[in-house]
Amino acid sequence: MPQLIYGQWDGRFRWLRLAPTKNVGRLLGKPGFEPICLGPLLRYSFCPYSDNAISESEMQQRALEIGSEGIFMGKTLAEKIWADHLVRSVSGEPDLIYVDLHLLHEVTSPQAFDGLRLSNRTIRRPDLTIATEDHNTPTLNIDKPIADPVSRLQVDTLRANCKEFGVRLHSLGDAEQGIVHVVGPQLGLTQPGMTIVCGDSHTSTHGAFGSLAFGIGTSEVEHVLATQTLPLVRPKTMAINVDGILPKGVTAKDVILAIIAKIGTGGGQGFVLEYRGSAIKALSMEGRMTICNMSIEAGARAGLIAPDQTTFDYLQSKPHAPTGSQWEEARAYWETLVSDPDSEFDEEIFLNAEELAPFVTWGTNPAQGVPLNSHVPIPSEISDPEERAAAARALTYMGLEAGIPLKSIKVDTIFLGSCTNGRIEDLRAAAEVLEGKKISGDVRMLVVPGSARVRLQAESEGLDQIFLAAGAEWRNAGCSMCLGMNPDQLAVGERSASTSNRNFEGRQGKGGRTHLVSPLVAAATAIRGTLSSPADL
Amino acid sequence: MDSFISHTGTALPLRRSNVDTDQIIPAVYLKRVTKSGFEDGLFAAWRSDPDFVLNQPEYSQATIVIAGVDFGTGSSREHAVWALQNYGFKVVISSRFADIFRGNSQKAGLLTVVLAQEQVEELWSAIEEDPASHVTVDLQSKNVSVKSLSFDFEIDDYTRWRLMEGLDDIGLTLNHIDQVIEFESKRPDHKPKTLPALK
Repeated sequence: MPQLIYGQWDGRFRWLRLAPTKNVGRLLGKPGFEPICLGPLLRYSFCPYSDNAISESEMQQRALEIGSEGIFMGKTLAEKIWADHLVRSVSGEPDLIYVDLHLLHEVTSPQAFDGLRLSNRTIRRPDLTIATEDHNTPTLNIDKPIADPVSRLQVDTLRANCKEFGVRLHSLGDAEQGIVHVVGPQLGLTQPGMTIVCGDSHTSTHGAFGSLAFGIGTSEVEHVLATQTLPLVRPKTMAINVDGILPKGVTAKDVILAIIAKIGTGGGQGFVLEYRGSAIKALSMEGRMTICNMSIEAGARAGLIAPDQTTFDYLQSKPHAPTGSQWEEARAYWETLVSDPDSEFDEEIFLNAEELAPFVTWGTNPAQGVPLNSHVPIPSEISDPEERAAAARALTYMGLEAGIPLKSIKVDTIFLGSCTNGRIEDLRAAAEVLEGKKISGDVRMLVVPGSARVRLQAESEGLDQIFLAAGAEWRNAGCSMCLGMNPDQLAVGERSASTSNRNFEGRQGKGGRTHLVSPLVAAATAIRGTLSSPADL
Repeated sequence: MDSFISHTGTALPLRRSNVDTDQIIPAVYLKRVTKSGFEDGLFAAWRSDPDFVLNQPEYSQATIVIAGVDFGTGSSREHAVWALQNYGFKVVISSRFADIFRGNSQKAGLLTVVLAQEQVEELWSAIEEDPASHVTVDLQSKNVSVKSLSFDFEIDDYTRWRLMEGLDDIGLTLNHIDQVIEFESKRPDHKPKTLPALK
């Protein structure tokens, strides 16, 4: 007997699917019910009942009509958060989703504020909005005016806009200033079960807390400012299971680089990724943020991890975490934020943690990565013509010979920082490798804390002294060389080992060449001058 | 936003996959606080190469980009859409777009058309054979045609309607503000607020 599986989202949406092993059935509608063909190729169909919601008993009746037993199905974590934020859902239109927290920075917001002014609109919820300066800010001489007049104008524009519209802003020099995705979690504003958006694709970072967080464009920034909502098409869900114990020296960064290499830069397109499994559960919050941060590099707008004791412990001491009875209330809610055992993902992939190794990219997109112990790929050995052409072009840009060992590649610059790896744990890991050692004479190393608070914390632990003694530069907080909007850039032909997230052509400076690595590999590479892991020291 | 019904123009065969938004407009060009003037940054690094396809005189007037798979990956910068529009492009065709880029395009009125990779290849060949050939992208009939080639494409009805009417999303949402207010009234108290600031 085929099994008709159905679920309930909010009383207005119901969905149906035949169990994958069964394949027959044609469900003919009652009035207001769209006919749905259930065939072997159609995994499921959404069935909008915006104006014609039917009861559970009716659904069971419908199942019987096609000779099926009806089974009510659980929801994935992403589906739960979606359902909890559904303001409006109508057939043939995107869902209207409520936004719990809107983060702003200077680059993607000025045109949105302008749009508000032009249409005489205002910010609906300044109390759910927060801004910081990060992309343009210098990491040296922060007590002086920003030297680049165009960067200064953008930062000044943010300051003026925040003042005019009553938005809380953490400016350069403030202890809470820093990369927007480091600031949200450190203030405790990022909490499980929230919807969080920002005009920055690495907003996916906040998914580490079990929130649905994603990057938006400037038109959407304006939309959220004006309405605190976004019209969105519901994404599909993908489970990424990483089980086992990570070998020594293998970090969250290596895990996500391996995932991206496996599914490709478009593999997560249209999906929310949920990272699961014992290797993910074992990660700290910092490690989980590193993983979720790079979901976008796999094409997924959002990635998330179910909250657990690690999450609650991290949050408890943060300024904006709930307290007293509200903490208890919040925690009771957070504990429901798991994918139900009987929920189903649209796609599922598996990785064995024990087989992972330190990972490094060799090309010009984040999926062009391999284990550090291996060789630069040989394009003629790549079967897919599109990938082959892309690999050949990437090697030309990167100035690399096909087939050489990755560990023979000499680098000029090490960048330790960014919203991917600029948190305290990342600095501690690199400092542990560098302690008592010197970086190679011909490399420069920039250490850029993710936020001013991370910088203060590192200094209180003496990490700055370790970096300085090793010959690295200890800088102020910001996005810095991750995208080189400020003076921290690679020169033409210069090669970096970078803990950031994108190895695109020219990303860190025109003509610059980027290898993405973990903080451990960055530190070891700084010492040896060639791509290395701590095991090589 | 201007409405989009149909557009006819010459096309740029951009035979590259994974054209990320850092290539469409590098970060150093993102510092303007207006929505105009970004054309200078469009494909800035590639345009410094005289052999780059956009530098060829036969493609200099193109208004339709035909690109490889995974166009618009990476950064969420809507400046990438503005740069294409400021330069004069009206349509981008690819076999797959990054989600955020596609969303941004649809908000700003730049049409993104998804065709199968084989169809993209056929378009590339046809245009390279005769760069002056006119390509018509018709949103009404959901069709791309050039010479004897004619390909239908899919786009959801809602987005198509919005683009054809040139509608402002914010205005549409504000029509339902009562539902937003109702939703807000049920928002749990334990959820954080940014104001007042707590340290």
